[in-house]
Amino acid sequence: MAAILAPDDLVAPTPGALMRRRALRHAGLLIGAGVLAAVILMAFAAPLIAPHDPYAQDLGRRLIPPIWHDTGNWSHPLGTDMLGRDYLSRLIYGSRISLLIGFAVMLVSGLIGAALGIAAGYFGGRVDLAVTYLITVRLALPVILVALAVVALVGSSLWLIILVLGLLRWDRFAVVMRSATMQVRGLDYVQAARAIGCSTPRIVAGEILPNVANALVVVATLEMAGAILLEAALSFLGLGVQPPLPSWGLMISEAKSYMFFSAWLITLPGGALFALVLAINLLGDGVRDVTEPEGRN
Amino acid sequence: MLAYAAKRALLAALVALTVSLACFFLVHLSTDIAVAMAGEGARAEDIDFIRKQYGFDRPLGVQYAEWLGRAVRGDFGDSLYFRIPVAKIVWQRLPVTATLGGYAILIALGLSIPLGVLAAMRPNSWLDRLALAIAVVGQAMPSFWFALLLMLLFGVTLGWLPISGSDTQAHFVLPAIALAYYAAPAIMRLTRSGMLEVLGSDYIRTARAKGLRPMAVLFKHALRNAVIPVVALAAVQLGFMLGGSVVIETVFALNGLGYLAWEAILHNDFPMVQAIVLLIALIYIVLTFLADLANGWLDPRIRIA
Repeated sequence: MAAILAPDDLVAPTPGALMRRRALRHAGLLIGAGVLAAVILMAFAAPLIAPHDPYAQDLGRRLIPPIWHDTGNWSHPLGTDMLGRDYLSRLIYGSRISLLIGFAVMLVSGLIGAALGIAAGYFGGRVDLAVTYLITVRLALPVILVALAVVALVGSSLWLIILVLGLLRWDRFAVVMRSATMQVRGLDYVQAARAIGCSTPRIVAGEILPNVANALVVVATLEMAGAILLEAALSFLGLGVQPPLPSWGLMISEAKSYMFFSAWLITLPGGALFALVLAINLLGDGVRDVTEPEGRN
Repeated sequence: MLAYAAKRALLAALVALTVSLACFFLVHLSTDIAVAMAGEGARAEDIDFIRKQYGFDRPLGVQYAEWLGRAVRGDFGDSLYFRIPVAKIVWQRLPVTATLGGYAILIALGLSIPLGVLAAMRPNSWLDRLALAIAVVGQAMPSFWFALLLMLLFGVTLGWLPISGSDTQAHFVLPAIALAYYAAPAIMRLTRSGMLEVLGSDYIRTARAKGLRPMAVLFKHALRNAVIPVVALAAVQLGFMLGGSVVIETVFALNGLGYLAWEAILHNDFPMVQAIVLLIALIYIVLTFLADLANGWLDPRIRIA
């Protein structure tokens, strides 16, 4: 029986179309991207959707539980904290801090790490030795302790946290970019570009970067997630974002002594952190699966 | 093997020296120590006095050489907060963190190696998916939040375990689980991918073809090879755990190095901070050195490259 072929079947799909098709079938990637998009939207629209001022205290309305408790009420759907601040509004505004820190730290560490890694992979030899040595030294330093110490000595601010974490977390970018560049360096079209006399910056920008971009995106998402977790841990220990800013980690820290009677004060911000980080990780894993399906393990 | 070991040892020593440099200069470049020591509202004369008294007016290079010279002999000066030698307190607290790290790595390995092996035996089965889900969830869970949830569930709701302090072995159970959960996903993923690769190799097919029992193939032939990189990773993760113990120890008020570091940081006790950061970095360097040696010993290809 002769099957009728659709015209599409006769033409081999382009790599881009194949990738799109794989992406649309990847549940993890779709869920991750959806949740992340929702959180980003929430962060931008915070003043429009937050029911109350996240800083407004009302000691007469302290520790109101969320609506699923019997004593909850609709004016504060997720309850209030120990100072009577609306918890939903603080959670919504908190997304801004997590996203800002995650994104900014990823940019700083990505620039440093990608530059080091690509240089090591492209030039090899002594440059590679020096970069590998730097990575080894960086890995030996306990990130969280060093970050805590510097923030405590200099005095905490949002920008300092971004700078310190950015300067500490470039190691994975460097490791991945180094090996990705090494794989590309020996390929024919890079040799060809070199043979026709292209300058090094041009080869790196035109031939190397486009071919390591996928790996870069994957590391960038994982690093963004890691930076968000680290900021939360620093703020939880009292040396990150300072009160009264509504950082999710700081909210958990402030509510610690109330958690035995008002558990929602720690489960809600923790759940928000967990959901955001999970979404970013799912997105990163999804991008890796879609762009290099053979390297999936 | 000897040449390989010597090369690795030299590298470790160089890294240790660089790390000590970083420890020293991070503190001195971050702040004016005399001002920090004098505290808020100190007069200029007091600050000057402290600067002279402690020798902070000398060139940084001289100060570093002196600090390193004494550090090598185990002398880190007096704690500014506790007013007794730093080394003494550090030695007191180290066993607590070592116990915590030991339990945590045992839990992490005990959970993730069997799970990784099972997942690799039946790729894409429900078990494999479950293992993957555990890993993905583990990597997204904020460690301090997980610790608090453990406290709420096992300490308060069920009342099974103590949630604060370090008096008995039972006090270590929850912190060790919290710390182990942090390292388990990476070890599980590596065990799984290592086993998958080994199980697909020719010598496993040969072992099966000659009629060896499946269990013998799995444990004697496959796991032994797949476990080599896992050993290295476990050592590295143990090093990271010691650094991460600052969070977990603070949550559980476990009186170890991490908690000490947090106290020292809060009180501007920088001789103590320098000593702890250096010590944790040194432990990490030694652990990775041992892992390199173990790898080279188990796999001759590594020591030739």
